[in-house]
Amino acid sequence: MSEAATTLLYLVAASLFILGLKRLSSPVTARSGNLMGAVGMLIAIVVTLFRSGIVDYTVIVAGFLVGGTAGTILARRVEMTGIPQLVAAFNGFGGAASGMVAAAEFLADGSSATEIAVTVPLSCALGIATITGSFVAFGKLQGMIPGRPLLFRGQIIFDSALAAAVGGSGIRMASSGNRSALWLLIALAALLGVTRTLPIGGADMPVIVAFLNSMSGLAAASAGFVIGSEALIISGALVGASGLVLTAIMSRAMNRSLANVLFAAFGGDGESPPEGTGGGPVRRATMDDAAVTLAYARSVIVVPGYGLAVSQAQYGARDLTDRLADRGVEVRYAIHPVAGRMPGHMNVLLAEADVPYEQLLDLDQINDDFPRTDVALVVGANDVVNPAARDDPSSPIFGMPILDVDRAGAVIVVKRSLSPGFAGIDNPLFYRDTTLMLFSDARAALEGLARAVPTV
Amino acid sequence: MTLAIGITVFVLAAFIGFEVITKVPPQLHTPLMSGSNAISGITLVGALLVAGRGDLLSGILGFLAVTFATINVVGGFLVTDRMLEMFGTRRRLSRRDGR
Repeated sequence: MSEAATTLLYLVAASLFILGLKRLSSPVTARSGNLMGAVGMLIAIVVTLFRSGIVDYTVIVAGFLVGGTAGTILARRVEMTGIPQLVAAFNGFGGAASGMVAAAEFLADGSSATEIAVTVPLSCALGIATITGSFVAFGKLQGMIPGRPLLFRGQIIFDSALAAAVGGSGIRMASSGNRSALWLLIALAALLGVTRTLPIGGADMPVIVAFLNSMSGLAAASAGFVIGSEALIISGALVGASGLVLTAIMSRAMNRSLANVLFAAFGGDGESPPEGTGGGPVRRATMDDAAVTLAYARSVIVVPGYGLAVSQAQYGARDLTDRLADRGVEVRYAIHPVAGRMPGHMNVLLAEADVPYEQLLDLDQINDDFPRTDVALVVGANDVVNPAARDDPSSPIFGMPILDVDRAGAVIVVKRSLSPGFAGIDNPLFYRDTTLMLFSDARAALEGLARAVPTV
Repeated sequence: MTLAIGITVFVLAAFIGFEVITKVPPQLHTPLMSGSNAISGITLVGALLVAGRGDLLSGILGFLAVTFATINVVGGFLVTDRMLEMFGTRRRLSRRDGR
């Protein structure tokens, strides 16, 4: 195949990636968009296999077999609650592959052309930091590493020194083609990926998974400079941009800057927060009280939080809302951008339970409807419905966009206890006259309500 | 390919990325992420070129790179398809009630 034909076929692949991403703008066309991306990838792979530089296929076949089998098993077996971990792991693998491509290129010819000299250290550092960072994120999401921020005294200084050392070895690689500088750079970047991810709290994971996604794209793009491939540069830039857009959206949803997420070691692990101090008496509801309130409402908005995902309560939620719909109650779900463990995660969990996506509305779409709603049912969410973020300038989460559930006619909060959320901030919502507290595990509560509603 | 052309391509592609991605609704952000993640497995192209060279060091690094990138590509597209299947179809009329 001629050079020109190869290049043009790579362009076809890249175009299919772009068209595929475009089709992700609607749930109806999204699946075909993903398929287009996969076809583009297949074209790029087949074209590459026919290129003249490839003389030995044994290693390639072995890699295809091992990687293909592992990828298939992981993708088939994963539970939908485990998607964030899986995506983190996949990000890591992609980043590492880019780093290794650049390292192999450097070791093979040590060429001193500018674009190679500069981008080899860059893609090695990005790729290796992405894999170690991703595996720390994986460990935190999987509960293998404590979710609370882990850091030591002087960590910022240590990390800055580490980053400077990575830069130093990169410059040494670029200027002298020194091989031991490559190994040093890899070791330092690996360590930096770990020390930069450990201090990030479990509740900030949506941001960090998006950020690592962006890094894996940038690693691929810089590997594209190393091997002189427009296909890698285009695709890497697409993914880098996509990851950054999502990172920005998630940071904004928490009212924090990316720098604050990365460096502030904010919050606990979101699952075992400190006990609350309390702010007055609460109205405690029984299962039957709550069932009656819901059953006689005209309109109900369910606000799911991560607590719902943790207890696998999405099926119970769907059962309950089906029963309510049977009674003629208008039911919708309000999804806060950071409701799950990664952007859009809650939508996936609810889609898994067959909640129709027409019922799933995001913050901007539904927030004005709360004053016209009879009951807001808050399940396993806390900070995203805390009115203090809207009304109390002294609150640490002031300015964070919230769902205005307190403006609904009544609020039922399903929660294990009165403990505050990951931010460790008490929630005035719980002490309002219109709020009923149903202290229970999310799954038990929703299943119980689904059984109780038809008997009302 | 010169560095300048490479940077040109990169910047233009990044603009396209921003334009396309900002149109994806929040409800599809997770499939977007896993799907774009699979696309970043394009580094497999580079991995294949390394792995096919025939010398030992390239073979070792190439094997690891091909394996990792293939996990990324195959797993990424498959898991995205699994999720989007749930979004697209109305399985409400089928069983899977209860659980």
